[in-house]
Amino acid sequence: MTNTTDKKTGISRRSLLKTGAAAVGFAAGSGVITGFPTIWAQNPITLRQFGTGVSNLNAIADKCKADLGITLEMTATDSDAAAQRAVTQPDSYDIADIEYWIAKKVYPSGVMQPMDVKKLKYYDKIVPLFITGKLTPDSAIAQGTAPHTVGFVEAQDAKTFAKEPTQWMTMVPTIYNADTLGIRPDLVGRDITTWADIMDPAFKGKAAILNIPSIGIMDAAMIMEAMGNIKYADKGNMTKEEIDQTIDFLIKAKQDGQFRAFWKSFDESVNLMASGEVVIQSMWSPAVAAVRSKGIACKYQPLKEGYRSWGGGLGLAAHLEGAQLDAAYEYINWYLSGWVGAYLNRQGYYSAAMDTAKQFMSEDEWGYWVDGKAAKGDIMAPDGKVMEKAGAVRDGGSFVERMGKVACWNSVMDEDRYMVKRWNEFIAA
Amino acid sequence: MGGDRPSPLLSPISNFARRGANSEAANLPPSGGDVRQDRGGREGSQLARLSALRDTPGLFQMTVVLNQPVATTAANPARRRRLSIGTLAPYLQATPLALILGTFLLLPILMIAVVSFWDYDFAAMYPDFLTTNYADTLGSWVTWKTYLNTLKYAAIVWALTLLIGFWVAYFLAFHIRTTAMQMVLFLVCTVPFLTSNIIRMISWIPVLGRNGLVNSTLVQMGLIPKPIEWLLYSEFAVVLAMVHLYTLFMVTPIFNTLMRIDKSLIEAARDAGASGWQVLWNVIIPLAKPGMAIGTIFVVTLVMADFSTVQVMSGGQSASVALMMKNQMSLLQYPAAAANAVVLLVLVLLMVAGILRIVDIRKEL
Repeated sequence: MTNTTDKKTGISRRSLLKTGAAAVGFAAGSGVITGFPTIWAQNPITLRQFGTGVSNLNAIADKCKADLGITLEMTATDSDAAAQRAVTQPDSYDIADIEYWIAKKVYPSGVMQPMDVKKLKYYDKIVPLFITGKLTPDSAIAQGTAPHTVGFVEAQDAKTFAKEPTQWMTMVPTIYNADTLGIRPDLVGRDITTWADIMDPAFKGKAAILNIPSIGIMDAAMIMEAMGNIKYADKGNMTKEEIDQTIDFLIKAKQDGQFRAFWKSFDESVNLMASGEVVIQSMWSPAVAAVRSKGIACKYQPLKEGYRSWGGGLGLAAHLEGAQLDAAYEYINWYLSGWVGAYLNRQGYYSAAMDTAKQFMSEDEWGYWVDGKAAKGDIMAPDGKVMEKAGAVRDGGSFVERMGKVACWNSVMDEDRYMVKRWNEFIAA
Repeated sequence: MGGDRPSPLLSPISNFARRGANSEAANLPPSGGDVRQDRGGREGSQLARLSALRDTPGLFQMTVVLNQPVATTAANPARRRRLSIGTLAPYLQATPLALILGTFLLLPILMIAVVSFWDYDFAAMYPDFLTTNYADTLGSWVTWKTYLNTLKYAAIVWALTLLIGFWVAYFLAFHIRTTAMQMVLFLVCTVPFLTSNIIRMISWIPVLGRNGLVNSTLVQMGLIPKPIEWLLYSEFAVVLAMVHLYTLFMVTPIFNTLMRIDKSLIEAARDAGASGWQVLWNVIIPLAKPGMAIGTIFVVTLVMADFSTVQVMSGGQSASVALMMKNQMSLLQYPAAAANAVVLLVLVLLMVAGILRIVDIRKEL
């Protein structure tokens, strides 16, 4: 499609020169710039990538430019806007960097095309969690929108997800992690072992959960189940009754004054924890690192029920063709080839192809971030700041220990709208 | 809005103007165009005396002016044709403003009203005519509770800002002798407004927090055994921040009306034997009512539309109408948010209409 439009624009450009500069400007804006034909291949190709911010990192764009000559134009949005944009403006991006639960909403609308695994150089290196759903052959498959359930389609033009791995992959995983509760070890005054501990009367007025309905409800579900109040068939896809029970429980806890606040953004969660307003709350791992970087003790506490996990991946827009499609494959192969993986691992996330990332990390880095060993020297953040002092051990331990204990994945429920309505009631109550 | 109601409280200026207008009108043939032009001219000279703040009432007057000729010209079609340029001029004068307001205010509001009837899912909106958005909004106890909560904030914040605002304005207007000093002190009042709303709001957090300035001071002084929890992330915090943010909107219009009170009225009251309180109650407050009404409109509309203060200062624990809308928008439920916006708009307009009904804000202009 790009090639044909290029031919057309080539002609129209000539004719447009006669008709007016304004029209040329419009044509340039609408695709002449991005879709150079193969004769221009020695010139840099631009890929427009949009996504949810976590992995829209400038360092990756810079390195991509240096290694491949491909210019990455990145746009970051929040996840709901990303879902909307993926569906409603499919021509505005070449690569969608979205979470798997978004893909579950977006992919069936036909705006993306699957990737041929034969063209993915490092397909065999991708962590099996994204292929079969099992990190190790004997691990259990987690609830929610597990990535492997939306990872493949039956055929190139299929819109429904395949039950088994096929030749056609919807998204190549890029970045994922396991979330749990963050605590202030100096202020909680006892061992925290279960999600139920956040409801301990001892922490009345000192607990917080996040006010993003689709994720907050999952944390609430982990808490509910840990307290033995309910046993969900699937936490990631609750029935109306289950939603009612969960929200009613939250409303009661709120009215009893259990919560200090509900946070919506990363920095809010950091401030709540750093100021001591809250001693136990749902948290994201970079937020824990941010609290620690202020010299305040903060722990990403592993809990016996397991983690709530999330993952994102790169998907191709349906309109990609020819040279641009080749460039996109080249970019994705490069993404999995190790440098990016090492970069993400050093931030405390996990990369999809661990084996390739290992080659780009020092033994000590690999030991700390992935193997769960004590750091021999200081652990640096990618920007050169000291993140952890020598001797530190990562909360939750090794990659296998953490990702092997995922209880559920971020997901989108069939009763999504009802859930959001009830969640609003919880916030208003 | 009640603009043509003859009011016994008309200021001498407008009384004079009215008398002038009446006599001129008597001399002239009963032509809509002429009368209107004359009124327009008077309007202009009056407007020239107005401070920037009083533009709003100016608009009301303009509406009256524009409405008037329609009825009269219809009665005199022949006249109208002959005076077509004269008839057209004021319309032309009003065109730029009408265009701006039409494009940037009326059209968007109309679009919101239209969208509020549409259907939607996570990805898109579908043109339709559904009342479910309204049924969902008005049928849910969350909406009612949230509206009540927002109205509660509006009432408390209004009462406090009115009290504080009047006090400050009274002090500036009657206790500061020189105009220069009055202006300096008035500018001092506006100094906090040199920073953004958000910063003024967020700066309360380290002050009120559990380990914040207030709590740590009180604990160290031994006045309280442990930190007071309700200082931050509570309704108290929301009201405090709102009063802090919005008091100036009350001070400015009240100060403006107080400055325009004829000092001889106060002297006359004193001569008649009124005490200080009686002067305040029977002379100053009645004359300050238009300023209070304008301030009230500012404060009430600001509080009703607020979401960031409620979100930040209550720690997400309290709900306001605008916050509810923001939640819906962030989940891309635009039609639901639009329905909510229409309901809020109607409510706020009714409140403003009520205020204008009680106090004639034109009478001091």
